[in-house]
Amino acid sequence: MKAFLLTARLDMAESFRAKWFVVYSLVFGGIVVALFLFGLSESRIMGFTGLTRLLVTYIQLSMAILPVFVLISTVRSMAGDREAGVYEYMLSLPVPLWAWYWGRFAGRFAVVFLPVFLAMAAAMIWGGLRGADLPYAHFFWYSALLVSLAFCFLGMGFLISSLTRSPDVAQSAAFFIWLVLLMFLDLVLLGVIIQEQAPPEVVMAIALANPMQVFRAAAMMLFDPQLILLGPSAYLILDNFGSAGFMAYALIYPAGLGLVLAWLGFRVFCKSDL
Amino acid sequence: MAENKGNKMIRLDHLTKSFRRTRVLDDLTLEIAGGDRVALIGSNGAGKTTLIRCILGQYGHEGRLSIDGKDPRKARGEVLGRIGFVPQLPPPLKMPVGELIRFAAHICKSPASRMEDIGIRLGLDFDEIRRRPFVKLSGGMKQKILISIAMGRDTGLLILDEPTANLDPAARQILFELLSERIDQSMIISSHRLEEVSGLVNRVIEMDRGKVVLDDHVEDAVNIAARQLCTVRIGRLEPAFAKAVEEWGFRSSAGGLEWSGEVAGPDRLQFLGMLSRYAGILSALDLREGPR
Repeated sequence: MKAFLLTARLDMAESFRAKWFVVYSLVFGGIVVALFLFGLSESRIMGFTGLTRLLVTYIQLSMAILPVFVLISTVRSMAGDREAGVYEYMLSLPVPLWAWYWGRFAGRFAVVFLPVFLAMAAAMIWGGLRGADLPYAHFFWYSALLVSLAFCFLGMGFLISSLTRSPDVAQSAAFFIWLVLLMFLDLVLLGVIIQEQAPPEVVMAIALANPMQVFRAAAMMLFDPQLILLGPSAYLILDNFGSAGFMAYALIYPAGLGLVLAWLGFRVFCKSDL
Repeated sequence: MAENKGNKMIRLDHLTKSFRRTRVLDDLTLEIAGGDRVALIGSNGAGKTTLIRCILGQYGHEGRLSIDGKDPRKARGEVLGRIGFVPQLPPPLKMPVGELIRFAAHICKSPASRMEDIGIRLGLDFDEIRRRPFVKLSGGMKQKILISIAMGRDTGLLILDEPTANLDPAARQILFELLSERIDQSMIISSHRLEEVSGLVNRVIEMDRGKVVLDDHVEDAVNIAARQLCTVRIGRLEPAFAKAVEEWGFRSSAGGLEWSGEVAGPDRLQFLGMLSRYAGILSALDLREGPR
């Protein structure tokens, strides 16, 4: 357990020193600052104003940015470390493989989640100081959804890093996967329905298998409980899951998928050449 | 491991390792006993590093490999806990030196101060480098830190890949002293050239294209920590010669025509190799065993 904690701490410290982390933190901090500057906390959409409105926009932007940042930074540093001989040396020390792998996973999770969370928390604090109503429920749900999303893409990143040998291949694979998931968001799926006349169940299954789509629909549900924005597919979600059921699914599925992918990565990591 | 002197410590039984279709280790069968100090030599691509990585449990392979009867891939903790390793190329770690030492000390269950003591003997000033990123240090400093980590703990087997490559003669002398303190331990010292490590070992294994082409025990008479007192006289002043011997810590007298200093026992061949470049101006050479 000590080796696990030491490795997690080491990975966090390495990430804090890395340029990608600076950019990553600046992006999410910058989004919050920009949303305040452009007065988004003052504007109104579908009856929502103040911090709720700001958080809705923030979470939508996070969905676009967080996965690609997590994927690319993870596979680059993991595959890069292997190529540069960091694994050769660090794994010549008697650190158990599980502690090394899951320690890095835990450290990396803290590093990718904290800036996103802290930017959101800073918005809440700043809004509170300015006398705005604090949407605690939204803050809690968005935080939980972000945990699940970060977990999911971290798992993907770790699996890709275990399967690939070079940073270039790993980065290309990560980018391709992100693009595919992005393509299968609801707009593209609507196009598929219209053009191919695919059965709605198939399209729904694809949508529900896509963690980005699940995150998006769940985030949407928090400010649009009837999912009016989603159109007719909302009926399938609400009829089959119900609001609470879908929120539970949106939290459990991406996190579970991430865990399964990370576990597969761990199996590959242990069995293949280090 | 050290306590098992003479016992078969490392056993390779038809060990084969291939990368895609290239066979890098080809059906190696070999035994290394406790107390063997092995020079693992061979040109680039001979399979030395791959063999070392198999011993460290980092590569899967065909055939069997055991260290004290244990498979290094299955019993990592037990096996690696007793192996000190210095790689040929220092890893590009961005972490500060202090953090690296702390991590290694915790993982190896050895006090960080013990590792630092080795570094201090090698000439490192930890107050100066503790907060500096490892990757930003000079090649020699990195090498000394990795040697400190490998030797600042209880080990039964030392695996050193080109350990003297980045060290100056003074640091090499200290390294030889450190090794002489562990003379009963098993060592695998990998090098491209035998003369760089011949004074340290009692067995030579030469590899070529994944096979052992030479396996010979050598005379174990050289005291690793011995120093040779040396005086060199030259016929005329030669700046290049002066620079070369100054790097070995020699001092001049007689108007720069006579140079005196100490050479570490295992460095003799390397020193004589350097002198051979100036054979034309050498007029006298005196090399004798000095006090330990």
